[in-house]
Amino acid sequence: MAVGLPDERLQPVSLWKRLLLRPELGSIAGLVVVFLFFAVVAGGSGFLTWGSARNYLEVAAQLGILAAAVAMLMIGGEFDLSVGSMIGVAAILMALLSHPDYAGLPVSLAFFLTAGFALGVGYVNGWLVLRTGLPSFIVTLAMMFILAGANIGFTKLITKITIVSGIGEAVARDPLSPLFTGALLGLPAAVWWWLAVTAALSWVLLRTPFGNWVFGAGGDPNAARNVGVPVRRVKITLFMLTAVAATLVAAIQVMGLGSANVLQGQQKELEAVAAAVIGGCLLTGGYGSVVGAGIGALILAVVQQGIVYTNIDLDWFKVMVGGMILGAVILNNYLRKLSMQVRR
Amino acid sequence: MTPLIELRKVSKYFGPVVSLKDIDMKVYAGEVHCLLGDNGAGKSTLIKALSGVHPPSEGQIYMEGQPVSFSSPRDALDKGIATVFQDLAMLPLMSISRNFFLGREPKRRVGPLTVYDAAFAARVAREELRKIGIDIRDPDQPVGTLSGGERQSVAIARAVYFGAKVLILDEPTSALGVKEAAVVLKYVVQARARGLGVIFITHNVHHAWAVGDTFTVLNRGRSYGTFKKAETTREKLLQMMAGGEELEALAVELDLIARKDPTPAARMEQRAAEALHEPDGG
Repeated sequence: MAVGLPDERLQPVSLWKRLLLRPELGSIAGLVVVFLFFAVVAGGSGFLTWGSARNYLEVAAQLGILAAAVAMLMIGGEFDLSVGSMIGVAAILMALLSHPDYAGLPVSLAFFLTAGFALGVGYVNGWLVLRTGLPSFIVTLAMMFILAGANIGFTKLITKITIVSGIGEAVARDPLSPLFTGALLGLPAAVWWWLAVTAALSWVLLRTPFGNWVFGAGGDPNAARNVGVPVRRVKITLFMLTAVAATLVAAIQVMGLGSANVLQGQQKELEAVAAAVIGGCLLTGGYGSVVGAGIGALILAVVQQGIVYTNIDLDWFKVMVGGMILGAVILNNYLRKLSMQVRR
Repeated sequence: MTPLIELRKVSKYFGPVVSLKDIDMKVYAGEVHCLLGDNGAGKSTLIKALSGVHPPSEGQIYMEGQPVSFSSPRDALDKGIATVFQDLAMLPLMSISRNFFLGREPKRRVGPLTVYDAAFAARVAREELRKIGIDIRDPDQPVGTLSGGERQSVAIARAVYFGAKVLILDEPTSALGVKEAAVVLKYVVQARARGLGVIFITHNVHHAWAVGDTFTVLNRGRSYGTFKKAETTREKLLQMMAGGEELEALAVELDLIARKDPTPAARMEQRAAEALHEPDGG
């Protein structure tokens, strides 16, 4: 057969088999189940309203921005537990840089400087992991404590307290701040950022050579290196990406509230991992989906907000999250095995 | 004719351990050069030196008459030496076409952006695999759905497609069943027909004999020399692999024991003799 002619045998690959090869299949099923559950249990008490949707989309957006970057990093075979602490550091730094009593810089300049600092932290994370050969789990666990502790320490040294408030006016003055605080078509800026970040990263992962390197670096770093993938550069880039995603979340929070708190972002690192895993990412790397991580974030947000509309006590939220993680991973595992059995 | 690749007095030491000593070897275009040896003979060390994983301690490698050294497997690859490692260097969860092009992705420009040309990758991967007799319907299916022999063949097809002059195959048939091994051997012959120099590492004399033109036998880091197919026999190769004189010495020793205590030792000797003639199951 001549090169370029359509292959008539391409047709018989059923939709089902194609779907099975998608890592996010499990999370889509999960989203449907969770949504239906709350629609039935809490549909009458306001879960199905626009206000409720706005709520869970906003929550999903902030987590989803983080989860998209964390998913990329996980597909690249690494972990970042410091990303939650990085949100707190970025929030405080941005607030101090733009606060009239401290640096007094324009808010947008403060944002870019903070993003630059985050790139540095990401680079150090990546450099340490690759230099020492230690698991990124350990290196970034250490970084999580260092960042969180230093954040409290420095903030108290500078301001005597752990909250930096009073930058609302500076935010209002800045021409770029509506990008973080505004709304479009009734949806807050955070949601648009989430969609944009997810679309962009998913495109990079699936449609660029760099994306192929991410899969390679995570799937088998040695094999990837042997065929010429710059594994080091790929991984360091991914660490820098997660730190910048944390900065973006911090910017949305700080500019929305007009203040920053050292405790901001705590435990977000685990929620982001949970979202990525629910979305089909493997802990061992080399497999996963950015879109799946977004769906994972949406599932967690729907549960967190949906539970408010039921008469279930909020204390049970974490139990549900844990159950979902377990269920999703078992389902994803099963689907992946099934997809490997789909033979020509 | 200048050899594609030539080794002169190549040695490799790991601290006090002598892994390779004074290896001479010539591989010509369009031949299958089998590297034979038992476990620990130094086959793996030799290919690692050839594929750029670690440089030799002494000696020199020449490519088409010019002295070369390789800084990394990628460097060796760029100079035309492709190695299909035993552990395959394939990602089971990644699609066939993405595996095929990993590290050398086809690119396409879309406005200001450079994107991965998935359609081209899928088409070429399917075509190249068809050439070697693997008919895949969907190049997007994960490599993990292929059998071991098919994976080996994909790795070989990839090396050939990217213009390798020398193809090093590290035990490509050792983990395969008879039929699967036959498919891989067929492709080894096809690669030779395309004018590649193939270095085929194996401890299976039957597989080597089926496709080999020349044979170099390693034993404990040293070479017994290189033999053309017409100059040797399968049995001679086998005996060299097993360490020739050492086995004869063992036979004498066993013979002595047998005289002291005929029954059990005789049985032992008989087993040793059988092992000598058929030490390889398949």
